[in-house]
Formats: sequence, structure tokens, C-alpha cells
Amino acid sequence: MIDIQDVTYKIAGQPILQDVSLQLDKGGIIALIGPNGAGKSTLLSLVARLLPLQTGTIRVDDLQIGQTVDTVLAKKLGILPQELTVASRLTIRDLVGFGRYPYHKGRPSADDHDRVDTALHLFDLSDLAERQLETLSGGQRQRAFVAMAYVQDTDYLLLDEPLNNLDIAASRALMTLLRDLTAGRKRTVVIVLHDINYAAAYADRIIALKAGRVVADGAPDAVVTAALLRDVFETPANVTTVARRQVVLV
Amino acid sequence: MRVRFILLTIALSLCCAAYLSIGARGDWGFVLSFRAQKLAALLLVGFSLSWATVVFQTITGNRILTPSIMGFDALYLLLLSALVWSIGAQAYQALSAQVLMTASAALLCGAALILFKTVLRAGRGNLMQMILTGVVLSVLFRSLTAYFQRVIDPNEYAVVQAASFARFSNVDTSLLLLAAVLSLGAGLAVWRIRHRLDVTSLGPVLSASLGEPPRRVQWQVLILISVLVSISTALVGPVAFFGLLVTSLTYLVTPSCRHSEILPTAALIAGIILVGGQTLMERVLDLSTPLSVVVEFIGGLIFLFLLLRSLR
Repeated sequence: MIDIQDVTYKIAGQPILQDVSLQLDKGGIIALIGPNGAGKSTLLSLVARLLPLQTGTIRVDDLQIGQTVDTVLAKKLGILPQELTVASRLTIRDLVGFGRYPYHKGRPSADDHDRVDTALHLFDLSDLAERQLETLSGGQRQRAFVAMAYVQDTDYLLLDEPLNNLDIAASRALMTLLRDLTAGRKRTVVIVLHDINYAAAYADRIIALKAGRVVADGAPDAVVTAALLRDVFETPANVTTVARRQVVLV
Repeated sequence: MRVRFILLTIALSLCCAAYLSIGARGDWGFVLSFRAQKLAALLLVGFSLSWATVVFQTITGNRILTPSIMGFDALYLLLLSALVWSIGAQAYQALSAQVLMTASAALLCGAALILFKTVLRAGRGNLMQMILTGVVLSVLFRSLTAYFQRVIDPNEYAVVQAASFARFSNVDTSLLLLAAVLSLGAGLAVWRIRHRLDVTSLGPVLSASLGEPPRRVQWQVLILISVLVSISTALVGPVAFFGLLVTSLTYLVTPSCRHSEILPTAALIAGIILVGGQTLMERVLDLSTPLSVVVEFIGGLIFLFLLLRSLR
């Protein structure tokens, strides 16, 4: 469980997050939504220890962020960056192989190589394994990064707006991939999403933030309502139900 | 990778043999020991500058900037001028070379740490912003240097001037042992963190995710870079574009992104350029053009090319 307690974060005196307390249970996809500037990315960055905590505590299972050795957390919590531009000429196999770094520290064993091969196969990347990242499409690149997170074998995976710059096919493929990762409730994916329809369709739980506070939290059909769009996003969009799923009419 | 490595090693060995033997007359024992010292100095400079540039480019996440381009050379000249201004040329020349080198290396290290940290903070991965910061700081250092050079008297100025140009033909070999110990020590430290450097080159978010937050490695690497660059600057003076020339060729030659391959390749290429180039200039072309001029010319062209390509 990721346990966030009374987290407040300020930049130049301006509060970005105010007294946020959340318990994110293990298993499933948890989507963070909210208007621009609501503090979603900041919250994710704090959990990912990309930003130093100012007040409050964050615990990932029994590990407290800020007090735990980085190499230990690296086996517990993975993060994928928003920008998938990485040092040129890295091949997919190299990139996926980096996912094992927390375990082998640069000296991969036969077992590490096996796991990379398995992941390449599982994510349908075997044929592309020796291709360089920069020669791939956005969707393929995204898949390679998720494969890397998969071999890192962390219980928690954080993603910040991964659907940016992806077309509908790649977006759906990625979300399905994340669904599969969390199947069996073994892994937890925390994801910042802009498109509420994707959140409603794929997430198990949706948390809405506005002006640094949690304003809604629950299952998709409880959270995605016309009232939410009106109050949180301040836009009078209608919400309807199609195939027993909430859909925002845009 | 093996083959490439062996070829480069053979090329470097040939360059070294040519450097030691071409045009040697008289007592071979004397010629060899005299030339061997200069050869060692050249190899040491090549090693230090190439490794410093490679790791600098890794932690700044780009392949255009080098410590020299970010104002390190200008800083060296500033310290030199300030030193001559404050203690006078006579006292400066009376200092033993070892003391001078240790002192200037220590001063440069301190100043370089502040410089690089400023540049890194200002840039945050934004290439253009980092170049701009580097350029502005270089201009500032150069103006201060010019100020110092105007207030000291012309004779003292001659001393500063002699030390402010790169000199591959006239390497200060009395510093060799000290320089070798320092730069090989720093080199060993770099080699030990080569896997961490691989992870750092993935960018701040991924390296944090893999348990190597960049800021932890950054300080360590900045100190090592400062040591390496200070030593080579103390040995041969400032060379702005040499490091860039070496790393560009290295990335061209090795397809790998691993430091365990990049670092040795870079050192070999640096050696080939310096020793081969020096042999050509000194023995074949009779010193008609200093090697530093040729290296800076080609390196400068590469810099412009890379910069224009990144703008497109």
C-alpha cells in the first residue's frame, strides 16, 4: 500500500498540494485526474522521490520515502518519464536490460538475460530487439519502456501522462498492457491521465484533484459524473452510460 | 567490438613507435628517454581530457558541450592572470612547477565545481540555456582576465601569455609523475562508477527509478572532471575543442552506449590524435603549424556542425 499522510507542497510560497492524505491499496490501476495545475504530477513526483518532501510522510509498504536507500526502493517502485527521449542509439534490448539494473548493478547474470528475453517475447518486441529506440514509433517505444518496467519487477509503477502524443490505437494498446500487468492484483499502476474516458474505461479507482486537494475518490462510475465535470473541471459536459460504462461526451 | 578495439590499439602503438623513432639521430638512449617523457605526457593529456569530456557529456545529457566550452579554459586563464597579478611574475616563476600545479589544480577544482553546478542548475537539461550560460560566463571570465592583464606590467604579461596557449610540443615533463598519479587515480574512480554512468545517461527520471538519482552521482563526477581537466590544462594549457573532437569520433566509431566501451575507445582515439598529430606536425611538417591549431580548427568545425544540426 502507498500511504500518503498530510502532504503539503509549496513552490515559492504557492501551495501546489494541501494536506493530501491517501491510501492507495495494492493491486489494480489507480488514475489521477484533474484540471491543469491541480497537483497531479507533483503528487506523483513526490511518491517517485523525484521531488523532496516538504511536509507530511509517504510510505510504500514498509518503506518510508526520503529515509529509504534508493537501491532498495528501486526494487519496489518504478517510474516512467513523460518524455521518452533517451540517449540516442540505445537498442530496445539495452533499454529493457536496464530494468534489471537494481538487481545486478551492471553485471547481468544468465537469469537477468533470460528475464529480458522473456519480456521481449511477452511484449512482442523480439523482432525489434536490436533496433535503436529513435527508429521506432511512439507506440513501440512506449511498449519498450513498459517492458523495461516489467523486468524491473516492482510492485508499484508510476506513469505521468503516458498517453500524450499517442494515437488511439497505441493508447488503447498501452492501457490494455497496463491492465494485463495488474492482472491478478499483483502489481499496482498509478497513472496520471488527462482523458477521463480512458480513466473510466481502464482504471479500478479514480482520484480527482483540484487546486492541490483531493475532491473525489472512488470507483469510475461513482466519480465520473456531470457534477464532477462541472465542479472540478468547470466545463458543462454531459456524461452518459454506454455498455455499462461512464462516457464523457466531448 | 573486440576487432575495433584491437585496431585502435594497433594504430595507437604505431603512432607511438613513429613518434619515438622518426628522425632520431645520435645517442638513442638519450633520444628515447627524452621523447618517452613527452609521449607519456601526451598520452596522459589525451586520457584525462577524453574521459573528462565523456563523463561531462553523460551527466549533462548532451553530446555537444564539453567542460572547455562551458568556460573552463577561460577560468584557467583568469586564475593564472590573477595569480601573476597578485604575487608578481618573479614570485610566480620562482614557484616550483609541482607546487604551482597542485595549487592551480586545487583552485581550479573549487572554481570548476561552482561553475559546473551553476551551469547544470541553470540548464536543467535545456541545451540552449546551458550553452548560453557557458558563453556568458566565458565572456565574464575573459573580460576579468583582460582587466588583470592590463593592470600588470608588460613583462609580467609575457609570462601569462606564454602559459595561455596550448603547447603540445613543449610539454612540462617535470610535472609528469604528479600528474600521472592524480589523473590515473581520478580515472580509476571514473572506471569504478561506469555502470552507474550508464544508468545516468538514461535521464533523471529513469535513473531515479533504477535507484541511481542523478544528483548523487553528479557531485562525485564533477569533482573527478575538475581534477582531470585541471591536470591536463596544467600540463599543456587550454585546448577548447579537443575533447569534443575526441568524443564525436568516439560516438561515430562505437555504436555502444556503455561506458565500459566508450571510455577506453575515447582514450585510444585521443591518444591517436595527439601522438599521431604531433608526430606529423613535429617530424614530417617541421612544426610549420602547431597541432593545437589544427585540432581546434577541426574541433571547432564539429562544434558548429553539431550545434546547427541540433537546431534543425
